[in-house]
Amino acid sequence: MVEQKSFKEETYDVVVVGAGHAGCEAALACARLGLETIIFTVSVDSIAMMPCNPNIGGSSKGHLVREIDALGGEMGVNIDHTFIQSKMLNKSKGPAVHSLRAQADKTDYSMRMRQTLQNQEHLTIRQAEVSEILTEDTDCGMKIVGVKTVSGFTYHARAVVLCTGTYLGARCLTGEMITHTGPNGLSAATHLTQSLVDHGIEMYRFKTGTPARIDGRSIDYSKMEEQFGDERVVPFSFTTDPDTVQKEQVSCWLTYTNEKTHEIIRNNLDRSPIYAGIIEGTGPRYCPSIEDKVVKFADRDRHQIFIEPEGIHTNEMYVGGMSSSLPEDVQHEMYRTLPGLENAVIVRNAYAIEYDCINPMQLKPSLEFKKISGLFSGGQFNGSSGYEEAACQGLVAGINAANKLLGKEPFVMDRSESYIGVLIDDLVTKGTREPYRMMTSRAEYRLLLRQDNADLRLTKRGYEVGLISKDRYDWVCKKEQLIEQEIARVKEIKVGARESVTKVLEKYGSIPLNTGASLADLIRRPELDYDKLAELDPERPDLPEEVREQVNILIKYDGYISRQMKQVEQFKKLEKKKLPVPFDYDDVSNLRTEARQKLNQLQPESIGQASRISGVSPADVSVLLIYLESYYQNNKDQKHDA
Amino acid sequence: MNKDTICAIATAMSSSGIGIIRISGSEAIAIADKIYHSPNKDKKLQSCESHTIHYGYIYDGDQKIDEVMVLLMKAPHSYTAEDSVEIDCHGGVFVMQKILETVVKAGARLAEPGEFTKRAFLNGRIDLSQAESVMDIIDSQNQFALKSSMDQLSGKLSESIRLYRENILHEMAFIESALDDPEHFSLDDYPDELSKKMQDVIRGLQELLATADNGRILKEGIQTVILGKPNVGKSSLLNALLGYERAIVTDIAGTTRDVLQEQIHLNGLTLNLMDTAGIRKTDDIVEKIGVDKAMKEADDADLIIYVIDSSGEMDQEDHDLLSYLKDKKAIVILNKTDLEQKIQIKDVEEITNLPVIAISAKENTGIDLLEKQVHHLFIAGEITYNDQVYVTNVRHKSLIAEAISSLNLVLKSIEDQMPEDFYSVDLMNAYKQLGLIIGESVEDDLVEEIFSKFCMGK
Repeated sequence: MVEQKSFKEETYDVVVVGAGHAGCEAALACARLGLETIIFTVSVDSIAMMPCNPNIGGSSKGHLVREIDALGGEMGVNIDHTFIQSKMLNKSKGPAVHSLRAQADKTDYSMRMRQTLQNQEHLTIRQAEVSEILTEDTDCGMKIVGVKTVSGFTYHARAVVLCTGTYLGARCLTGEMITHTGPNGLSAATHLTQSLVDHGIEMYRFKTGTPARIDGRSIDYSKMEEQFGDERVVPFSFTTDPDTVQKEQVSCWLTYTNEKTHEIIRNNLDRSPIYAGIIEGTGPRYCPSIEDKVVKFADRDRHQIFIEPEGIHTNEMYVGGMSSSLPEDVQHEMYRTLPGLENAVIVRNAYAIEYDCINPMQLKPSLEFKKISGLFSGGQFNGSSGYEEAACQGLVAGINAANKLLGKEPFVMDRSESYIGVLIDDLVTKGTREPYRMMTSRAEYRLLLRQDNADLRLTKRGYEVGLISKDRYDWVCKKEQLIEQEIARVKEIKVGARESVTKVLEKYGSIPLNTGASLADLIRRPELDYDKLAELDPERPDLPEEVREQVNILIKYDGYISRQMKQVEQFKKLEKKKLPVPFDYDDVSNLRTEARQKLNQLQPESIGQASRISGVSPADVSVLLIYLESYYQNNKDQKHDA
Repeated sequence: MNKDTICAIATAMSSSGIGIIRISGSEAIAIADKIYHSPNKDKKLQSCESHTIHYGYIYDGDQKIDEVMVLLMKAPHSYTAEDSVEIDCHGGVFVMQKILETVVKAGARLAEPGEFTKRAFLNGRIDLSQAESVMDIIDSQNQFALKSSMDQLSGKLSESIRLYRENILHEMAFIESALDDPEHFSLDDYPDELSKKMQDVIRGLQELLATADNGRILKEGIQTVILGKPNVGKSSLLNALLGYERAIVTDIAGTTRDVLQEQIHLNGLTLNLMDTAGIRKTDDIVEKIGVDKAMKEADDADLIIYVIDSSGEMDQEDHDLLSYLKDKKAIVILNKTDLEQKIQIKDVEEITNLPVIAISAKENTGIDLLEKQVHHLFIAGEITYNDQVYVTNVRHKSLIAEAISSLNLVLKSIEDQMPEDFYSVDLMNAYKQLGLIIGESVEDDLVEEIFSKFCMGK
């Protein structure tokens, strides 16, 4: 229980700073693992707020949400309860790039997450601004001991997770107008940065932005293309029964910018804080403002703009693809050039926001600071962008804060296990100089890291962590077994060149058989799949949809999947070669100077991680491999292959 | 690591005219100073300039071992990029061994196989494919192979592999961009475009691969089988070639073949000559074994020299053998021009497209024509080493072959109308395989494997 020392101090196991998407996952993970946890927010009303786009998921981000769910996080369940439209993206492409995206009712989303936090045992919510981190020096470096709030109240804790999002030193810009506020006009956190700098933490300044919100009554939808949700909704969470999420959905709308829009933007670029040089922060290339798009894609005569509802309790519409920091009067003119928005009434202006974050290369793969034991961080504070990117880091940081206090090994996923593993490895190994956004192209083993198999990949890891129930774990084991048995069975079934077979094949435009084939061979044909061939397979057992889906994918793409698995094997070999930490790379005389500096600075945990550091060439990696061999021969007591 | 100083005999262990003992490492010059004495005994190598040569003697204590020239190369301007000393002594196994022992006594240790090159690699002097070429140079037996090894060492192979990798990378990047930003990158008609581009890369790689066999021929020599009916003068031809004034004859060590084999170096090419049993239909079991063996050698040969007795008659056997040879690299010899000619060149040319040469092995006439023809077939023909990159290394060959098969899988995916995101797996594989050749991708077991294959010395 919470120990109340005096009016001015309290003691918890874990302090979480910030209650956005990262903070919520971190706090829930720690509390669910039984640790006394306190979460700080500048405003309880802003818990799990969605200050930008009104959706969860999307290309590759949908993967993150499913992985969060498989590990026992909350985001997937929360969106399943509060979505108002849902769509599986990229269905015309391979299963690796299918991605789920749901429009959220922003208020419901935030409200439900707040209730989840409030109902969580071992979790305390406190509205206060944290202004300092408190540390102690030990024999092996600095150690976190707690935080202090602006009011001077001290909270002792053995682990602290920083998830300050875009609040640190925030300022918002709309043309010439600058306010020192966080997102949505909430107050910024103005003290903590200095405390972090005083502790030797390297800070960056990033920028992001959001478009205007428009009064739905002022929009002429007849001039736009209606975008519907899927007929059959697939839930995010593996625990959600699909039948419970089939409901009436709202539509989104597609319209386009035009030459007139671009002309207004070009004529007013000098009033944009970015192009006028007022903004110091680096913005995301992959989520550019409309100004950036017009400048960078000068030859394009139009850009897609999606009009999306902010929820069912409001008539505000989000103008997706049109974030901006141009002045209010220009915005007014600019939005009204779009078909359907001729009479648009702006409810909230678009703005750019600048904030302090860290160079994430100061973190271990566990998201603990290398220099301050017990201090963890997640989310935009680590240089990422997006709700889903934030949430998954919050979850991993929270799990690791808990593991540290519980005396367990750090929880780390590698690049072949999950998108989350890719994201964190990218951040801590390569760093980032702009808000980092997840993308399918970043995951080199994406054929194995599909959104459909996140449960098969990660439920067991979540169970080991302690966030997944025994029932859920048992079901995944059972599911694995069912899939395996069914694949084996289907491979054995022979289909002859009979007339009844030809009939079925012709129905799907498939060439008739000349000679016998296995059912698996037929499943591999592009125009056929497992379900379509049911009538040729009278002995087929009654299997749940999620099992049938896996059987189909694993048979259809087995060649590709097994080739990717070989690549993973090679990858794992280098990951398993552990490097000593800390280690003085000046002892390896044959490394190039740049590589030596980077290695000394970054202290990678494996040869694999070292190979991904920019400035470390393959030749340097070869040198390390040879060196490591003799190093471990001389230090036989140390672990070699972990 | 690499702090110690290593030494080895760098020349062949034979009674050749000159022998070289090489020392490399931080103590190399100090060690050399301990055993080297200038004629006046007043010179210290440590105080001499880099890249200088010093005359003098090697002493083991008070005992003078040999008269030598000592070459001084200071770090980083040496092969290993470390301080290096070369002792050029009088060749001879005993002297070289003795000097090596003295060097070891003075503080150096014997180098492991390939250790000099390994150090050169580790010190950033050469990349992996260059290191492998060093091995090829050591192994290469003639000037053409040396030339192609030198090309690899100077990076010609790396250059063309790098180019193909860039092509592949460009396409991978395009596909990825289109997946992440479909609004601005369209994949319409892309599969066809990719298919064409990858076919070009495959063709280029196949051309490289085709040089691999030539590369082997250059490195290991041309497997040459002398074939013919009994008593047409095969052995006389072999002897004539061995006795030919322009040929340098060497022994092939450790041949296990039951066929007489000799090696000659002719105008820059190495011919591994095999004399075989006379070919004829026979019921004699022992003779039949010889004939079968001869035919098997012919099947595996790079070059067949088919000998006909021009003073005899052509029979069905000749016709059969000539038709067997028609798809092979072969030269027909009309031997015994010193006797009365019953078969003329034009008679043979009527039934075969193979080059025909008339010689007298007995009188050593026409051998120069044979030499020219061999040269024409193997050098002037498809092998022109000036503008072509050779693949001489087995590892490179198999990696190129793997890259080709990965790219073929990409073509297959396009043909099967798979979604574009499936192309990446195999593109990535091809990219990696090629990267392994030039050391731009790394696999853990590779590095040790390469260096362990080096012979002692270099």
